[in-house]
Amino acid sequence: MLTVTGLCKTFPGVRALSDVDFTARAGEVHALVGENGAGKSTLIKVLTGVYQPDAGELAYDGSPVRFATPLAAQQAGISTIYQEVNLVPLMSVARNLFLGREPRGRLGLIDFRRMHREARETLRGLGVEVDVRRPLRELGVGTQQMVALARAVAVDARVVVMDEPTSSLEPREVRTLFGVIRTLRDRGIAVVYVSHRMDELYEICDAVTVLRDGRVVHTGQLAGLERLKLVSLMLGREVGEVRAEGLTKFSGTHDAAAQPVLEATGLTVRHQLAGVSLSLRPGEVVGLGGLLGSGRSETAKAVAGALPLDDGGVVVAGVPVRPGSTAAAIRAGISLLPEDRKSEGIVPGLSVRENIALAALPGLSRFGLVDDARIDRIVDTFMKRLRIKAAGPHQKVGELSGGNQQKVLLARWLALHPKVLLLDEPTRGIDVGAKAEVQALVDELADDGLAVLLISSDPEELIEGSDRVIVLKDGAVVRELTGDEVTEDGLLRAIAAEPGRPAEPTRLAPPAATPTAAPASPPAAGPAETSAGDSDG
Amino acid sequence: MAELSFTQGTLDRARLLRLSQEYGVYAGVVVLLLFNFVFTANFASAENFRTQAVQVAPVLIVALGMALAIGTEGVDLSVGSVMALSTSLLSLYLGYGPWVATLIALVGGALIGVANGALVAFVGVQPIVATLALMVAARGLALVLLPQLKDVRDPGMAALGSGDVLGVPYLVLIAAALALLVAFAVRRTTFGRQLLAIGDSRPAARLAGLPVRRVLVVVYVCSGVLAAVAGVLATARLTASDPTSLGTLMELSAITAVVVGGTPLSGGRVRIGGTVAGAVLIQLLTTTLVKHDLPPSWTQIAQAVVIVGAVYAARERGKR
Repeated sequence: MLTVTGLCKTFPGVRALSDVDFTARAGEVHALVGENGAGKSTLIKVLTGVYQPDAGELAYDGSPVRFATPLAAQQAGISTIYQEVNLVPLMSVARNLFLGREPRGRLGLIDFRRMHREARETLRGLGVEVDVRRPLRELGVGTQQMVALARAVAVDARVVVMDEPTSSLEPREVRTLFGVIRTLRDRGIAVVYVSHRMDELYEICDAVTVLRDGRVVHTGQLAGLERLKLVSLMLGREVGEVRAEGLTKFSGTHDAAAQPVLEATGLTVRHQLAGVSLSLRPGEVVGLGGLLGSGRSETAKAVAGALPLDDGGVVVAGVPVRPGSTAAAIRAGISLLPEDRKSEGIVPGLSVRENIALAALPGLSRFGLVDDARIDRIVDTFMKRLRIKAAGPHQKVGELSGGNQQKVLLARWLALHPKVLLLDEPTRGIDVGAKAEVQALVDELADDGLAVLLISSDPEELIEGSDRVIVLKDGAVVRELTGDEVTEDGLLRAIAAEPGRPAEPTRLAPPAATPTAAPASPPAAGPAETSAGDSDG
Repeated sequence: MAELSFTQGTLDRARLLRLSQEYGVYAGVVVLLLFNFVFTANFASAENFRTQAVQVAPVLIVALGMALAIGTEGVDLSVGSVMALSTSLLSLYLGYGPWVATLIALVGGALIGVANGALVAFVGVQPIVATLALMVAARGLALVLLPQLKDVRDPGMAALGSGDVLGVPYLVLIAAALALLVAFAVRRTTFGRQLLAIGDSRPAARLAGLPVRRVLVVVYVCSGVLAAVAGVLATARLTASDPTSLGTLMELSAITAVVVGGTPLSGGRVRIGGTVAGAVLIQLLTTTLVKHDLPPSWTQIAQAVVIVGAVYAARERGKR
């Protein structure tokens, strides 16, 4: 139905897609999988006319096409359903369904009665019973998605692209959605399904294409492809592959003290975490593994008070931390190096000096007046110790390289003398040299008695850097690897394990056996906006 | 060779642009001063300078608070109405003496600031909407308290409005002192640093554990109090309370001064020196055109040109 061959797309500095072949067939649900940066979203955007390919052919129904705009693709019969529903929330369900093609009566006015009747019938055909006169926003997210789907089908879509449609759905809604997808498939519509959830892929999809670093590493039928094999394809690690020693700058193990400095129990955030528990001991690096969307970043944010908790709590050195406040968490000695360095980490317009001193300011001032001499001393120490390469302490942080920005952030937290350091993808997007330096630094800090939680999508970094690895899936702990089990093999197996049948019983099993749902991406700001603290020196 | 000179050219252009962003507003003030010294009769007199300074003082004081709000990627539209509210409160409580009345007027401004800040920081309303609501509310309150113009007959207020020290009017001294105070707060206090960080990257500031909500509330309280000060001073100068017209469109004059002074609307940067110069520039521009007998509509057009120029420069900065 829709075929691309030899597709290439380059962005400044990045080759997002190189020589990608992809075919969506009529009456088939085709899974598109890959880790962050693999090129999934770029491919989807090329398919739907958002991006123009640099090279390669797009063939639709056997004849070559070129979609200049998303509208052109839509008119040709390619519908996209995004994670965020793109409908008009204040209009009624029926109006949304018929937006732009309302049935007209005499005098060219909208024939509401006919519109409502047809809307009801369309939705009933998909197994959805709602009052179509109600405004869309009053419906659950799942039902809204169903309306988006119904609209896609109603406009005679022949290819439906779904980008992580289940990320904000309840299990019951997922069931309904899958029913609809099957209906679409039986009608001969080609469905492209993007998701990170193994269980869903195996339940609903017929074929699979795996992308990694902008290339197709596998394509074929899903049935018969082992879960373990699929995970190793996505992560680019072979099961049983001989591990090359010393590829990362992490040294061996650390001597961990017996008493945990941080204990988090039953962390629960609706749609994101379902009872995650973990403990960190001083001098220990604990890895947090799992696929994208398994709740790694959310766990770190929840521990650091940046996500409002629905349940559970964090205890540092025996003292409970007030939940939902980053200031309280920082006072307790928890520091988080966020995943999104550019938007959540650095303050780009301020200097290196101001960025390093930012969190420690209350301690570096008297009566609200900044003590410049002390700041200069601390900034100087850290710039030397972390080898931050900048024109000087007054250069803007936004002008530094990624690696140096990361070091500035590390310095910001180390200036606070934290007890616990949460590192979310500390080496993503930084060059090899800086990567090795950051890895060596993490080791050094653990040796100095810090408790470190390390999150990384790179299995090698995770395994070599960590003394223990906690594996998450769908927002819950599925396995904890300790001692000899801390291998890439063990990690891949734990990630690929089927639900209800973990490879081995887990010590830190969550209270809820079946997790509800996990997000695809951490919320950018949203509810976190309300949790600023109120501390000052 | 041609390529080389081309890059040289763009480099110079970029430098020129940066210089014009940093010092353009000061250069504008100097140019206007020189122009007036040469071409305007009776410009270079102490009396004229005094008049100009007294006229610019209230705008300048309001603009200081506005600069803080804009530095946090916000805006405070309620300042003009706060001036009206403060003049109403002042003449209402003048019976208790000028000091008490002034204090009450300032408290009124602070309360409006608390309301603004609470809406922005805790409820999460966009600053432009939140302060628009308070703009309407404060003006209404001012008119309820004092339905029409009322003369202010108080020797203390009269002295404040027209007295001077060594020829420099009290109004100007107070404005200068407040400008220094705010500049000091921005540069040297934790509050100032936190304000800039919040304006530049709110998520980063929050994750760094900064008291984001408290800083926002304090910023709007500062803006409210400064506007109330401007209201009291304007009342003293006019020797009358006129809640219907005092401070109308003041929010726009203040935003103009801040923007022309080089503080970007995207937050993260506060230029107090530039704001002062921006207010002076607009004042001089108006005076120049008035003194040369050009119709008021010309003044507005000239202001528009200056604003567009400043916004253009800010846009280039944002792109870098």
